[in-house]
Amino acid sequence: MSEHLIAEQVVCHHCGDTCEQERIIYDDKNFCCQGCRAVYELFIDTGLQDIYADASRLKPEDHGKYDYLDNLEIANALHDFRSEDHNAITLTLPAIHCSSCVYLLENLRLFHDGNIRVSTNFVKQEVDIHYNPQTLSLKQLANLLHRIGYPPQFKSEQKKKQSNQLSIKIGVAAFCFGNIMLLSFPEYFGFNEQIDDSFQRFFAYLNIVLALPVLFYSGIDYLRSAWKGLKHRFINIDVPIALGIITLFARSVYEITSQTGPGYLDSLAGLVFFLLIGKWFQSKTYENLSFERDYKSYFPLAAYRVEADGTKAVPIAELEEGDNILIRNQEIIPADAVLMEGKASIDYSFVTGEEKPIKILRGETLFAGGRQVGESIRVQITKKSSQSYLTSLWNNQAFKTHDDLGTEAITNQISKYFTVTILLIAALSALFWALYNPENIWQVVTAVLIVACPCALALSAPFTNGNLLRIFGKNKFYLKNALSVEKLSRIDAIVFDKTGTLTESKSGEVQLVGELSAREKGYVRKLTENSMHPLSQKIKDSLPEDTSDYSFTHFKEIAGNGLQAIVDGHYVKLGSASYIDADLDGVPGSVYFSIDNEVRSRFKVKNQFRAGLADLIRDLPDYKLTVLSGDNDQERPELIKIFPSNTKMLFKQQPQDKLEYIKQLQAQGQTVMMLGDGLNDAGALKQSNVGIAVTEDVSTFSPACDGILEGGKLQRLADFLDFGKVGKSIIYASFTLSFLYNIVGLGFAVSGMLTPIFAAILMPLSSITIVAFSTLSGNYFARKKQLI
Amino acid sequence: MSVIFILILISMVVAGSFLGLFIWASKSGQFDDSVTPGMRILFDDKKKQSKK
Repeated sequence: MSEHLIAEQVVCHHCGDTCEQERIIYDDKNFCCQGCRAVYELFIDTGLQDIYADASRLKPEDHGKYDYLDNLEIANALHDFRSEDHNAITLTLPAIHCSSCVYLLENLRLFHDGNIRVSTNFVKQEVDIHYNPQTLSLKQLANLLHRIGYPPQFKSEQKKKQSNQLSIKIGVAAFCFGNIMLLSFPEYFGFNEQIDDSFQRFFAYLNIVLALPVLFYSGIDYLRSAWKGLKHRFINIDVPIALGIITLFARSVYEITSQTGPGYLDSLAGLVFFLLIGKWFQSKTYENLSFERDYKSYFPLAAYRVEADGTKAVPIAELEEGDNILIRNQEIIPADAVLMEGKASIDYSFVTGEEKPIKILRGETLFAGGRQVGESIRVQITKKSSQSYLTSLWNNQAFKTHDDLGTEAITNQISKYFTVTILLIAALSALFWALYNPENIWQVVTAVLIVACPCALALSAPFTNGNLLRIFGKNKFYLKNALSVEKLSRIDAIVFDKTGTLTESKSGEVQLVGELSAREKGYVRKLTENSMHPLSQKIKDSLPEDTSDYSFTHFKEIAGNGLQAIVDGHYVKLGSASYIDADLDGVPGSVYFSIDNEVRSRFKVKNQFRAGLADLIRDLPDYKLTVLSGDNDQERPELIKIFPSNTKMLFKQQPQDKLEYIKQLQAQGQTVMMLGDGLNDAGALKQSNVGIAVTEDVSTFSPACDGILEGGKLQRLADFLDFGKVGKSIIYASFTLSFLYNIVGLGFAVSGMLTPIFAAILMPLSSITIVAFSTLSGNYFARKKQLI
Repeated sequence: MSVIFILILISMVVAGSFLGLFIWASKSGQFDDSVTPGMRILFDDKKKQSKK
């Protein structure tokens, strides 16, 4: 009956609303208002009519989706700026995907007067909107964006504006480096005997002035980091660097003021410049990805609290025990609660990984993170959002931030030996020169410290890792930072989540074997629409929508078997082979369909495991593999076929269990990589040494992790791991190279022959060699592995 | 030859002002988004065209 009614109502071609008060016919299409017609015209004019093919426009169930934005408190927290007649807000619109989107969004003012200015950032998929709140509310704005196909995402956490301090530091260092070199030219070419002494002094003092910003602005981070390391009794790579920089500066100032030499200020500026370039190369970030999300990103911003005079939107954090809230279809339960009213069918796939919705009876508990499928329900909160079962995971030790000194980085691990060796060499040469010619002690000791300054050493890892990071990125494997690349090379155990990681989350392509008429397809769809079983849902999605009005009675769902009903006067059955007909010799993984006890066709649900999984597992013989699943063990036989016999498989794992299992492995001395997808893996991802979130679409939510891998690229995991190991070898080879340079330089230094010009050549030369070697060899091996 | 003092100081001022410009551009966010402006420049203003 209801379908019949809807068919008679006139639906606006633009917004999808029913045309109640007004009906405008334009271009043979119905519109509910002039605004919609105007927008349609604009779309057609600009060749954007494709937008009407897009189903993501405001559907009836989305009405009221943004009601909570009328709550001032919530709206205030979202805005960047608010005043009487001018508001500014930054929104994430994941739907932005081409230049037309930019065009459309930046012309938003044509749709509504209140839009003052929109500027888009394509890469970040963000828009800055400045609008007049007196003519347009935030809710209207959100609805407008949603209607034109860009449902906005509101986030409670405000993204920190990325500072571009590093590029300014590089700019300052480059400026000073270039000018110091220019002023040192007379020195380089030996003109200093021909020009006046006063010039020389003038140039030298000018150099000191230019070196000051290099040391105290561009290079200050190295001094700070070294100091921080020393305070924690840890010699990081910045300690020898800081030692070198300070010695360079002090000795140069001494030489210039005492007029004993021209100083090494060009080397100092060059050194800092190259180091900063390395830092910049390494700091490649994926701006549109977030690696630090917690449960709050999954949850809605607000819930609708049932009060005496209707419902009121309140921020999640303000929900108290005993509050009654309304949960609508497809909404997520924000806190542990008890069902008060309505039919609850909760999809816990976020929490447990289990896809099948669970029916909840009145009075039973619903856990935060579940998604209601079906009608609206009323629930009573039993625990605050932050203390709920799922969210309490975030109180775990693994989520406590700790001061990162970079103790794990390869460079820092060898720096203590390096520093001690340098100090030893300096001491020994001092001892030698004390016996031989005491006048030279200071000159030699400072020369040793200067030449040993591990610029090339410090550049090896940033350039190798930065290069690997980019190559991985090209292969849709996005790592958080350079340190993750190094950690990747140490992995010896891999833990897989099953649902969504090994299997595709929108898994199971359904293939119809045999012929069915459109009417028969309608019967199947009707049947499956009444079942929440994942298989039914998949079959339903594979069939075209059918709005014909069939009579539908005697529906029955027999758990573990199938569905039956009388549709349009026919007795139809859908289910396993034995359920349809006891004598039928069915093909496994197929769902059969019969009309009036005659088998008509079957639906083949394709293997749900990701393509190439078996090959991948074969390529990982050196790793200890584990499969952790929140599901029951019905897929164990399938998994056993793919995984080697020594693979541990654990089923029915709660989020906390997964975390504990990772901890156990680590206690056994394993370096663990965890691959997972949902919130239920969040704890394990965080606890593991390298947590990789596997996702179909990298711009959707993924839990906090070290890297994001696009689902389709999971089959290349073995290549990625191998390449990570290659990267480590490249770093070690670069270290060897830079040590060779150091030995040559030290040879000159201890014999007291280090001239400023020699230092000015040796330092950039060693740095450039390392940069060239690490990037070129990285690219070479990537090509060999067909990663680029 | 002492004109060199003045020349070098002037060159420093000129170079320094370019550095200042760079810092200003960087701080005002001109390097934040290097993709979208390139798209924006290709859009024609349809309204003006239809009036022609």
